[in-house]
Amino acid sequence: MDLKEKLVSSFLAFENKGILDLDSSVHSIRTKAIQNFEKEGFPSKKDEEWKYTNLKPLLKHDFSLFSATEKSTGFKNIENYLINDIESYTLIFIDGVFSSFLSDTTHDDCDVCVLSSALNRPKYKMVVDNYFNTIAKNNNSLSELNTAFTKEGAFINIPKNTIVPKPIQILNFSTGSEKEILLQPRNLVVVGENSHVQIIERHQNLSKNTTLTNSVTEIFVHKRAIVDYYKIQNDTENSSLIDSTFVSQKQQSVASVHTYSFGGNITRNNLEFYHEGEHITTNLNGISILNGKQHVDNHTLVNHKFPNCESHELYKGIYADKSTGVFNGKVIVQQEAQKTNAFQQNNNILIDDGASINAKPQLEIFADDVKCSHGCTIGQLDESALFYMQSRGIPKKEAKALLLFAFGNDVVNKIKIPQLKTRITKLIAKNLGVNLGFEL
Amino acid sequence: MLQVKNLHASINDKEILKGINLEIKAGEVHAIMGPNGSGKSTLSAVIAGKEEYEVTAGSVVLNGEDLADLAPEERAHKGVFLSFQYPVEIPGVTVTNFIKTAINETRKAKGQEELPAKDMLKLIREKADLLEIDRKFLSRSLNEGFSGGEKKRNEIFQMAMLEPKLAILDETDSGLDIDALKVVANGVNKLKSSDNAVLVITHYQRLLDYIVPDFVHVLYNGKIVKSGGKELALELEEKGYDWLK
Repeated sequence: MDLKEKLVSSFLAFENKGILDLDSSVHSIRTKAIQNFEKEGFPSKKDEEWKYTNLKPLLKHDFSLFSATEKSTGFKNIENYLINDIESYTLIFIDGVFSSFLSDTTHDDCDVCVLSSALNRPKYKMVVDNYFNTIAKNNNSLSELNTAFTKEGAFINIPKNTIVPKPIQILNFSTGSEKEILLQPRNLVVVGENSHVQIIERHQNLSKNTTLTNSVTEIFVHKRAIVDYYKIQNDTENSSLIDSTFVSQKQQSVASVHTYSFGGNITRNNLEFYHEGEHITTNLNGISILNGKQHVDNHTLVNHKFPNCESHELYKGIYADKSTGVFNGKVIVQQEAQKTNAFQQNNNILIDDGASINAKPQLEIFADDVKCSHGCTIGQLDESALFYMQSRGIPKKEAKALLLFAFGNDVVNKIKIPQLKTRITKLIAKNLGVNLGFEL
Repeated sequence: MLQVKNLHASINDKEILKGINLEIKAGEVHAIMGPNGSGKSTLSAVIAGKEEYEVTAGSVVLNGEDLADLAPEERAHKGVFLSFQYPVEIPGVTVTNFIKTAINETRKAKGQEELPAKDMLKLIREKADLLEIDRKFLSRSLNEGFSGGEKKRNEIFQMAMLEPKLAILDETDSGLDIDALKVVANGVNKLKSSDNAVLVITHYQRLLDYIVPDFVHVLYNGKIVKSGGKELALELEEKGYDWLK
């Protein structure tokens, strides 16, 4: 039985022993989703959007769909993956199951809790009906698959005029309780008018076993709200991640998603922004630093539908050994979206001959009074700059690292949480194999 | 201090240096002059260890040690400094961070502790004042958007920080107006001592009015064709290079 058949046939059992009242609207959404998934199946390389990312070898694994045993993990095992020098709310999931023992949730002023309780409590019915699966559904079969098996994830519901006093960290761990496991976290984030929230998300495999995570996050940003969302992807070589994040923005809101891809087997990021009002700002920042045979695919979409909005996209990639990257940045400016400012920049450095990047900027502009630009570069390290630095006594390895640091600097500088910036800087230094005596 | 013996070097199988002999003693200033394409910049790059050049014969010895197998940074640690004709722009790395890294890597190579931040700052300020460099300049990205004069001043600032045994100034005068030239030359003169030596590579005599050489050598077609005192520079200025061919 292949993975698709296994998933489809497991669905009924999942529904029956599920946590949901079968009359719930979510039930019908899930049923519809599994039908769509059954029809479409997993994407293949024949699909234009998946031309450079091959899931086939990954899907040959005999993934367990749930962890048979609930494994507990001590704080000691996970604390290194937290940004623990700041006050924060934390939502910790172990093999797809929420760990209240390790987490720090709240219902004061705002809800930082779990999706399973939101799906079940009448109190949240309205939020779920209004938002759940309203922007994720227009995507690929993998989002449908996630929807069909929606069970757990972060639920963040910020009422209007609320500045969440500390960042929220969402961490998904797999412990290796199953030899091969498929995890499908589902996050729902609703940020009310004039509110402000910062979120850090991470997926981490604590074992050497194989993990495939098919994650979906929906984010709703209301009028004048500000959302900063940071994704740290630094997983083991046996871990793959398909992350689909959908953002809907109302007028004058500012949404920024930062993606740091430093490790993992296959990492695919689908990041989509939909504008639902004027004077919106959208920021997409990403940096990928890969080695070995790692693969990262960043697929982004900004859909400008209203006038006077802006989007700023900056993705950088550093590829060593036989690592491969994909950047596919789509910007649509619809006819009504006059006075749009849309900027996209994608810069890549290939360190070794075996590394490669497929970069594809896609601009579809239907309005005539707009400012749009895109730039894409692929290069090598500047030999004359290396010699210059060496001649000042800086060894070649450090000189290379310094140049690469400098290359990624403008992306890192956009991090608004200083402790996170320090952590990211350290991760970059570690990935480049150096210890720099200063912060950039 | 420096002995260059029968040095032959080529790039992409094309021979540029065809047997250079040069001896520089501590406390001396030497100038190498010559027309375009004579091999002046190649000589400086070969001494500094640029990997693209292949040394096919001869040797470069600094304080008794053959530099042949040393990487550029190792030569720097032994006291070789090359001021570039075209300093490279490095966006994202500030002048301060760059020089801090250079100093501390050099100290590390010598088995010394890193220089404490306070002392580093003091040293940077002192040397910046020597070169009349504005403090704001130090927090800019290295050479990015610098004027020709700023770039050269920044080179000599780094030289002042690193205190090399042998400083090679490759066309340091190019792109400088007379005021900047004076500042740069003044900086070099202040750094000169009986322990170190300077090799000035230049096309024109102008710089030598301010950094006065003890010896002048004329490089032509990969060989030193004439050596003399500082008056040779004036003679070249007057007659050009043709009479030496």
